[in-house]
Amino acid sequence: MEELDVEPTTTLIPGAGLKQKHLGFEWGPGDLLMYETNFKLQGPSTGGSDRPSIFWLRRDEDIYSPILRKLFNESHHIFVGLQNIKDDVPSKNKKAQFVSISKNYRSVIRACMEELQQVAVSTTDTQYSNQVSILLAIELIWNLCEVLFIDAAPAGSLLLHLLDWVRLHKADVDEKAREVLQSESPARHHAYWDVVISFVLQGRMDEARQVLQKQASLQPASRATYQLMDSLLHKMPVFNPGSTQTLTEFDMKWRHWHEECDRCLQDNSFASNRQLETICKVLVGDEDALLEQKELLGTWYHLLISRLLFSHPTVKPAELHYYAQSSMDMFLESHSVPEPLDSILLAAFEFDLHQVIKDCSIALNNWWFVAHLTDLLDHCKLLQSHNLHFGSNLREFLVLEYASGLFSHHSLWQLAVDYFDHCPEFGRVYLELQIERVPLETERKALKVLRICEQRQMNEQVRSICKIMAKRALSNNRLGSALSWSIRAKDAAFATLISERFLQDYCTRGSFSDLDLIDNLGPAMLLSDRLTFLGKYREFHRLYEDKKFTEAAKLLLSLMTAKIAPRSFWMTLLIDALPLLEQKEVIFSVDQTHELMFCLEELTSNNNELKSEHRAQDDDDDVESTKLELLRLALARNLAMAIVKEGTVEA
Amino acid sequence: MDMAAQMECVNAKYVSQKISKTRWRPVSAASLQQPEVFSTGSWDNENNKVCVWGVGEPAGFTMEDELEGDPQLLCECEHAGDVLDLQFLDQDRLVTASSTGAVTVYKLHPDNQTLSVAHVWDRAHRYQSANAPCTGVACNSPELISVGEDGRVILYKADQRGIVRAIENADNSTIHGVTFLRTTEVLTVNSIGQLKLWDFRKQGSDPAQILALTGDRVPLHCVDRHPNQQHIVATGGQDGMLCIWDVRQGNMPFSIMEAHSAEMWEVRFHPTNPDHLFTCSEDGSLLHWETSSGSDTPLFLQGRNSSMMSRSATAPAGGNQSLISAWLNGDSSKGKLETTHMLPSQTLSVNSLDVLGQCLVCGTDGEAVYVHRRVHV
Repeated sequence: MEELDVEPTTTLIPGAGLKQKHLGFEWGPGDLLMYETNFKLQGPSTGGSDRPSIFWLRRDEDIYSPILRKLFNESHHIFVGLQNIKDDVPSKNKKAQFVSISKNYRSVIRACMEELQQVAVSTTDTQYSNQVSILLAIELIWNLCEVLFIDAAPAGSLLLHLLDWVRLHKADVDEKAREVLQSESPARHHAYWDVVISFVLQGRMDEARQVLQKQASLQPASRATYQLMDSLLHKMPVFNPGSTQTLTEFDMKWRHWHEECDRCLQDNSFASNRQLETICKVLVGDEDALLEQKELLGTWYHLLISRLLFSHPTVKPAELHYYAQSSMDMFLESHSVPEPLDSILLAAFEFDLHQVIKDCSIALNNWWFVAHLTDLLDHCKLLQSHNLHFGSNLREFLVLEYASGLFSHHSLWQLAVDYFDHCPEFGRVYLELQIERVPLETERKALKVLRICEQRQMNEQVRSICKIMAKRALSNNRLGSALSWSIRAKDAAFATLISERFLQDYCTRGSFSDLDLIDNLGPAMLLSDRLTFLGKYREFHRLYEDKKFTEAAKLLLSLMTAKIAPRSFWMTLLIDALPLLEQKEVIFSVDQTHELMFCLEELTSNNNELKSEHRAQDDDDDVESTKLELLRLALARNLAMAIVKEGTVEA
Repeated sequence: MDMAAQMECVNAKYVSQKISKTRWRPVSAASLQQPEVFSTGSWDNENNKVCVWGVGEPAGFTMEDELEGDPQLLCECEHAGDVLDLQFLDQDRLVTASSTGAVTVYKLHPDNQTLSVAHVWDRAHRYQSANAPCTGVACNSPELISVGEDGRVILYKADQRGIVRAIENADNSTIHGVTFLRTTEVLTVNSIGQLKLWDFRKQGSDPAQILALTGDRVPLHCVDRHPNQQHIVATGGQDGMLCIWDVRQGNMPFSIMEAHSAEMWEVRFHPTNPDHLFTCSEDGSLLHWETSSGSDTPLFLQGRNSSMMSRSATAPAGGNQSLISAWLNGDSSKGKLETTHMLPSQTLSVNSLDVLGQCLVCGTDGEAVYVHRRVHV
């Protein structure tokens, strides 16, 4: 047994396991079935006086959230688009495409989050606010992965991206700033300095200067001090990846600025103003001063980014993990244990992708995130070497898990199909096993499922679905529909069965039902012998109705002589021949009449053998013998007329 | 108009339910207003719904440009079973066809804020022992018609509890769609490729006329009638083909056009500019077809001799078009039929569409409703 990564959580199932019953279970694709067993440690079973209960557990509750359904549907679209990116696109353009796809995914998460937030505000139900915090975490992790792995920004640009990341996820600054600036006297607002320092910590120097201006205009006496701070903030160099400036040139410039800040601190330029001095200490990257702003920073990763901004603006990706670890250690109290989110982010800063995915799989309650992120990273060729000892590879394993969950949903199953399509190893098997189990309430749904199967040449499933529909139609006495379905399934055996029913109906009622279909069978008639007979027999009736007697007679005879008609039906055919035999003009020729007679003899001799075995009822015998007499008489008369007619013509 | 420009005006809204039907609420004929309210029906959900949406700007609330026309839910009502069809009977009543076999009339109250059930014909469609899904309804107020998998055609009057008339076993196959041709005549399409004309003045259970594709028995899924020239009918089939029929002459389609790569679920002539036609399909696309009878830009559909043409193919055309529909103009000098994709690439089925004025609405299995408010017609 493998070592467990985390202690499994216990889920209490209300009502299960009472009365010391033993529980059994069975895994489903997205759920779990639990049942109470009759197992007893001692003594005989009580004989099931109380009925055992069955419990149905859903693993992925999120799938049932109406708002998250939008996330599943919108991201499905992005996923399919990503799979269709051609391999022959130059890798440089590809990267831009991947980044834009990553941003699309994130904007879908954000839209979903905003909607959930609106609902969460208007209700006391905590499930919405829980979902919001999960989505927040998901977006935070995704965004960081985008910066570090997908965009893979080099030194210089890296910090700019990380600043954007922290700004996006610490947006309460803007809210606070709005509150302060809209108040009657912003400079006297209790949160005034918090806003200024927060802007500085996020590197938003222009905004910090604007807010600072409010204070400066109120204190003409310390105008010079404010001006000095304003100029420091203004002069802070920012790397511009688009310009011709090299990283070394930027570094040089930045060091000059840093020294200038340091000088201001040394010569006590800000000694008269405690807040400005704090800001200046932040600017030189004083760690104690930064840590003092713990409240404003809020998280260790904000501390990390602010530290980098003011101490190591040209940090290289490979150096990140060192600063990340130390920032986390500095920020978290020595006794506090990092939350799962902290470990995930740290793993990302350490560029340990597999740890990120693994921790996310454990910590989050849905497969959506890991499946889509892993898929994207796999397209970026970042997961190449990793193969699992179970399943195929990490990407496919996670996509299959997610898709199976979708498939267990009564409505979202359609989305899962495209996910299965893009799992080369096991996707098809999964789809084959699951698609047959989709309940088919209407023909329209059956047609949709069939289309999915037919597009993928899943012949076995096509047959099985058509058979289900054919059987249902048959049990509802809709022979026409049943036949259509079995023709579509190319199911000869079932077509034979239905043809028999048609013929039986004809024998009892004397007329055909479902003429529309039988008259228009076309080549489908050849599916089964019995169906061919049905079609041809109906053709005989049509010829007869159209008074094309000669053709009708020829067809009728050939049905017997070519052995198309089942023996059991010959008597009916011979009776059908009666009116033709009774016509005024001769229709059956001498040869044809001989053949008819031969058929009749063959039939009666067989019947006699049968009769000696089973004694049929006398009444039936009477009817039968009357029919035979009539037939023999008609045949004899026709033969005579035919001989006369043919003889006359020859003469 | 090019594709990109057409798509710009499309507004997508995810609605957390697979949409089986979308319909504009009719606007009064006198007003030149664009429609602002539409209704949707869902399918395959544990609890299905009929919803009413508004796309007009709510009073006292100015929306940003990008939000313009974002559909807002006005009211909704539970629906037992999948909504297999949905039609407005008049401005404030709508009728649904359910997979449970029921036909339900809903009343939409004047403020658009409440939707309630006015009347249900339970088990209108049924087998001996089970319910049969009702697959389609057609309205010609106060009369309505329903059809189903049980092959029955039933006539009702909206304000009468009972049914007016039922044609038992009207079809041996499943009837997929129905539309009024005239007051007393309806057209049905079935799963073996037949188009049947029923005349309610006649007794008995035989259709007045049967039209069919030869040979293949490809199921037909949808039917619509030309708004001005009632003998012209368009149907869509399982193979995605669009057929134009002239019910006055011949029993075969007038022309067959390759339209979609999977089932065509709905076809609609533009109600006031019938040179435009719209189709949607299981293949996830929505097409805008344009033909024209004007002499300056003649865009004609070819006639019955060549039975197949691909989209935007050029066909010979000419002659006097003033009286003949562009859709049936067989022997005209030159012209062409243009088709435009109206949705961005999309993989899941577009189940339904409706067009009124310059507005088009469609719904998908991807749980999205698309509203286009500047259709070029």
